[in-house]
Amino acid sequence: MSCLRSVTEKVRDGARVTLEEALLLHEEADLLELGDLARWRRFAANPHRVVTYVVDRNINYTNVCLSRCRFCAFHRGPGDPDAYILDRGALAEKIHETLKLGGTQILLQGGLHPDLGLDEILEMLRWIRQHFSIHVHGFSPPEIVHMARGAGLPLEETLLRLKEAGLGSIPGGGAEILVDRVRKEISPRKCTADEWLEVMRVAHGLGIPSTATMMFGHVETVEERIRHLEAVRSLQDETGGFTAFIPWAFQPHHTRLGGTPATAVEYLRTLAVSRIFLDNIPHIQASWVTQGDKVAQVALEFGADDFGSTMIEENVVAAAGVRFRISRERMEQLIQDAGYTPRQRDTFYRWL
Amino acid sequence: MNAKLKEINDMEMTSRSQNAFSLQEAVSPELRPLALKVEAGERLTREDGIRLFRSQDLLGIGRLAQVVRRRLHGDRAYFVYNQHINYTNICINRCRFCAFARDPGQEGGFLLSPDQVEEKVRSRLHEPIQEIHIVGGLHPGLGLDYAVELLRRIRRLRPETALKAFTAVEVDHFARKEGCSAEEVLQELKKAGLSALPGGGAEVFSERLRHRLFPRKISAQRWLAIMEAAHSLGIPTNATLLYGHMETMEERVEHLLMLREQQDRSGGFMAFIPLAFHPKNTALSHLPRTSGWDDLKVIAAARLILDNIPHIKAYWVMIGPKLAQVALSFGADDLDGTVLEEKISHMAGAETAQGMTPAELHDLIGRAGFRSVQRDAFYGEVSGCLA
Repeated sequence: MSCLRSVTEKVRDGARVTLEEALLLHEEADLLELGDLARWRRFAANPHRVVTYVVDRNINYTNVCLSRCRFCAFHRGPGDPDAYILDRGALAEKIHETLKLGGTQILLQGGLHPDLGLDEILEMLRWIRQHFSIHVHGFSPPEIVHMARGAGLPLEETLLRLKEAGLGSIPGGGAEILVDRVRKEISPRKCTADEWLEVMRVAHGLGIPSTATMMFGHVETVEERIRHLEAVRSLQDETGGFTAFIPWAFQPHHTRLGGTPATAVEYLRTLAVSRIFLDNIPHIQASWVTQGDKVAQVALEFGADDFGSTMIEENVVAAAGVRFRISRERMEQLIQDAGYTPRQRDTFYRWL
Repeated sequence: MNAKLKEINDMEMTSRSQNAFSLQEAVSPELRPLALKVEAGERLTREDGIRLFRSQDLLGIGRLAQVVRRRLHGDRAYFVYNQHINYTNICINRCRFCAFARDPGQEGGFLLSPDQVEEKVRSRLHEPIQEIHIVGGLHPGLGLDYAVELLRRIRRLRPETALKAFTAVEVDHFARKEGCSAEEVLQELKKAGLSALPGGGAEVFSERLRHRLFPRKISAQRWLAIMEAAHSLGIPTNATLLYGHMETMEERVEHLLMLREQQDRSGGFMAFIPLAFHPKNTALSHLPRTSGWDDLKVIAAARLILDNIPHIKAYWVMIGPKLAQVALSFGADDLDGTVLEEKISHMAGAETAQGMTPAELHDLIGRAGFRSVQRDAFYGEVSGCLA
């Protein structure tokens, strides 16, 4: 107990916590005390009583994926009847609608389609840039590894070409848990932890910022969650290119992995520990997509300072049977109700 | 571990978590005077209550409530294996916040005959149900005979199960139909097998809102008088507050204080259940749903103000299992139960499932760091019954 107390003091002093200390906090601290510590760190990092959100849409350009991860309910094989590649007409319509609703970015992601290589993706990016003025937040590291491999190019060249074609930033997806023991079990065909980190390292070096995510609550131990945080924190020390961290709970319905999802209390504990541990990442997002709007609002007391996206469209979590929806008015109402000022932001967390 | 040891252990846990940070340091400045009172076990005033609702320090409010909650219940969190029966949705009151009621003759109205109610009970006789919760609308044609008939028939089928039936509003309706007193109605119901009254129909104790939202419903005074009558006949009851519509913070606090005064007088309230207003399909559908902060604040404030009501329920049907689980750390000690056939809030757009299994409730509580206790209607522990 005295140990927990000294960790608590350390957190309040703004000192960096170790893996063991984070583990102790996660396992032993009272839920509300833990929230209090995370809130303390949140205001130290971000003193404004402002909660931001972005207006955007998830666009999944294909659901065909060679990875076929066991936790995923979204992927299809190339021959499946409901397999698709989005055509330009559908893409244009989705971007139009996003802009009409005041959106500033699209989150463009897809499966690892065997027939979609770097050239096709570059062409899509150029086409978007030619027709629209919208920020493209796109292609998680597994997709970039897939494109680089297919093109026989190094990561740096691949990312440079993507940037030149209009890629503005990279979403932190595909990180799952950055521990290879876990990845082998849940996503054996997906890139390794080191590959994921390397894509981000190179991207940050080229001036392409990114977010980082963590999908928890499946086969990983709590220690492995914190090792994930440690990997992200170390890279951030090196590059400074992560804008935000987004932990979200695995949703098991319709997946081969199955099981029961992490509960709201477990979510809040992990969120709070993430805020405390990641002392070098400015923003932590609450996940209304997996937790519902009420728990996401409560997460503002547990270290979150961003409500994520209004998500005009979301397909991946919905495929796992979770269909929370939120309007912009509701999001603003929840933020205000918690005593914060809501502010729409852009991809770089600048207030609009 | 025996009960006494467990109690000492709980007390130690509580004092340790308090020592880790003094309560006063743990809350924002506006809550510090309250922290002193909570530590000393002093009763909170009306002003204290308003201060709670005005504060933006949700964690601070929660920590105050948690001290009281742990003092009363340690790490125990209760749930019950129960069955809900709504016998009619035909109602002459037609409150504006209700999506359940129908006029006599209106499409979608239903009335279950005693045979149909009996069938609902019979179909689940193999389940270890501890409590049957029975409420309905004010049907113009239904009097005390019907209520007595229902209780007698269910009692025959389930001699051991607690029958928590008929809100004060329904009791008043039966009394008016029969031209007798509420006491007489309660006596008849008790003879027929009634075990307890649910706490519904209290809404908000505010004449201002009664005029605007539920003008035909009984007044606060009448509601409280019927509860007092029940308590004096040895019939325990619950109490509720419908929040999240047009009421002010002051009205919430007034409501809680009136319940506290009533409890000082008659002592029969077992649990307080805050009910989050669900606007969908009601005459107030333009209003937003309650927020998570509001839900947790009401629970925590209730735990702090209602120092004489033993249990505070986070009713998962109303606020969702996720927030109900979180609420266990904000002053709640009970999640209600398995439910299965809830109609009233689901017709108002509640997005929760129809029921939860005891195993799910047990898991939800355990994963929040509390010890689940499967209870009977009177908060007695039911042993080895996780069906």
